[in-house]
Amino acid sequence: MTTPVQSANTAVAPEMAAASYSYPSPLAEFWASFRANRGASAALVFMAFMVIAALFAPWLAPHDPIEQHRDILLLSPAWTAQGQWSFLLGTDELGRDILSRLMHGARVSMTIGLVSVVLSLLPGIVLGLVSAFYPKAVGTAIMRAMDIMMALPSLLLAVAIVAVLGPGLTNTMIAIAVVSLPSYVRLTRASAMSELGRDYVIAARLAGAGKLRLMFNTVLPNCMAPVIVQATLGFSSAILDAAALGFLGLGAQPPLPEWGTMLASARDYIESAWWVVTMPGITILFNVVALNLMGDGLRDALDPKLKKLA
Amino acid sequence: MNDQNPILTARQLSKHYSVSRGFMRGHFSVKALNNVSFELARGKTLAVVGESGCGKSTLARQLTLVEEPSAGHLTIDGIDIATAGAAALKTLRPKVQMVFQSPYASLNPRKQIGTMLAEPLLLNTPLDAKEREERVRAIMTTVGLRPEHYHRYPHMFSGGQRQRIAIARAMILNPQIVVADEPTSALDVSIQAQILNLFMDLQQEFNTAYVFVSHNLAVVEHVADDVMVMYFGSTVEYGPKDRIYSRPLHPYTRALMSATPAIRAEDRREKVKLIGELPSPLNPPSGCTFHTRCPFANDHCKQKVPELRSLDGRLIACHRVEEITP
Repeated sequence: MTTPVQSANTAVAPEMAAASYSYPSPLAEFWASFRANRGASAALVFMAFMVIAALFAPWLAPHDPIEQHRDILLLSPAWTAQGQWSFLLGTDELGRDILSRLMHGARVSMTIGLVSVVLSLLPGIVLGLVSAFYPKAVGTAIMRAMDIMMALPSLLLAVAIVAVLGPGLTNTMIAIAVVSLPSYVRLTRASAMSELGRDYVIAARLAGAGKLRLMFNTVLPNCMAPVIVQATLGFSSAILDAAALGFLGLGAQPPLPEWGTMLASARDYIESAWWVVTMPGITILFNVVALNLMGDGLRDALDPKLKKLA
Repeated sequence: MNDQNPILTARQLSKHYSVSRGFMRGHFSVKALNNVSFELARGKTLAVVGESGCGKSTLARQLTLVEEPSAGHLTIDGIDIATAGAAALKTLRPKVQMVFQSPYASLNPRKQIGTMLAEPLLLNTPLDAKEREERVRAIMTTVGLRPEHYHRYPHMFSGGQRQRIAIARAMILNPQIVVADEPTSALDVSIQAQILNLFMDLQQEFNTAYVFVSHNLAVVEHVADDVMVMYFGSTVEYGPKDRIYSRPLHPYTRALMSATPAIRAEDRREKVKLIGELPSPLNPPSGCTFHTRCPFANDHCKQKVPELRSLDGRLIACHRVEEITP
């Protein structure tokens, strides 16, 4: 019995070797088409810098982010006439080094963005798929609940949630996740509903696929494109929402450097010291643009139709 | 199981859809399929013919167990699906497969062909990954796909190749019944013949029974053993292909036949022209549902529903067939 199997194996082996030669593994294929997108590659490099700056902030940052240099309040950036090279991006109204605060703030802000996006993306996808697959009772119940959440102004709802849970960074992230949940549910449900009517879903049912396989293996990959874009946009709005909550005293508490809070507390100095508000603003802007570019690249790289022929 | 037994038997199969009339106004019941009965022998082909909206696709959905019939009995391989338990249905599932009308919608755009074809094996057989790949490559050769297609995505294929993939997916579990819902109507004429020949080769090889849904009578003549003509959810004429093609009796069948273009003048039939459209299923006509368009209808037809009766080697539902047959 062993010999025919082995001879079959040897017969198949060179064929498979040839196949893997002409067709790279899915990961390699994904990486190649992601790299072909220049915007996304540049964004990836930028984000890699940001992540390194965030991870190694205690060693890379020139100063302690909460140390107050009382003799040099509102020092302008180094390249201006009054600037000093030891404070590259200048100091804020309490004499703290802005560059160091931005680097330490990256840890907080990027955690806020990432955690709140993941916390709303995963349940949002599951709820959206469930409401598309069970459109009668369960789906209607989920969608009406989402409508109620959407009817409330999002910031008000977030404030209410933080007020109930108590102020702090973790609760801020939970509040932002809850507030942005309905958009993921709606998006997933809408694209899943349109995919469900297509023949390939019936074909998968005829092949014997159960509900779970249909949801996550058959339908979900086909409705990820808008959800990925929404998630990258959600990252930036999470940072800004966290800033708004911080401004109300419900988010990151004062000495903690956080981009949104830095931006909010600097608004008094817009006219006299432009760098205090501009630096965190530009940082947030670059991050958001980079993330959106990465999201676009991710979406395109995951869509086989947009891939180049291997 | 005895080979003489039909693999598929439908008895008085009906499907009613409930359609909302609007908020707080209750529901209409639309009879998409009305008391359809037929038998399908192993290895044979039944063609279901009719114009758009006559219930052909509804019938296909009942046969593939995608939907449950509202009434009637469907027996597949000796098992009545109305009384069968979940376990019996699960064993029945791989025996009935389907080829869809549009190969552009029936293949998952995110899956490579190899993965897609292996999915039925993964879910229904205990084969391991290597054995699955062998089976997939074997069926790909059978349907005329090349080995290098294994890692490609559906969008890289032409319509005819996609339909080959869909046929391979339907055949990979060696089903006893394949329901083909207008499998050639989305293809170029030049490709249609190739696909039809592939269907017939596979039938010879695997002794599969086909239910071939089509509105193209030339295609039906090529593949069918039996023909069932449907109008407005009911059977109007059902019998062996040779009988029906040589001498169509029901006025609707005659109209369909005469609408098929023929190149040679002697093949052309006397034209029976139909006017108007299918009646609205929300407001079905009384009596014979065909009386609104039938050139031979009289008052009797408007009042009494014709029963299917045996005549000249076939079943037919028409009151006046003896009088009107030339």
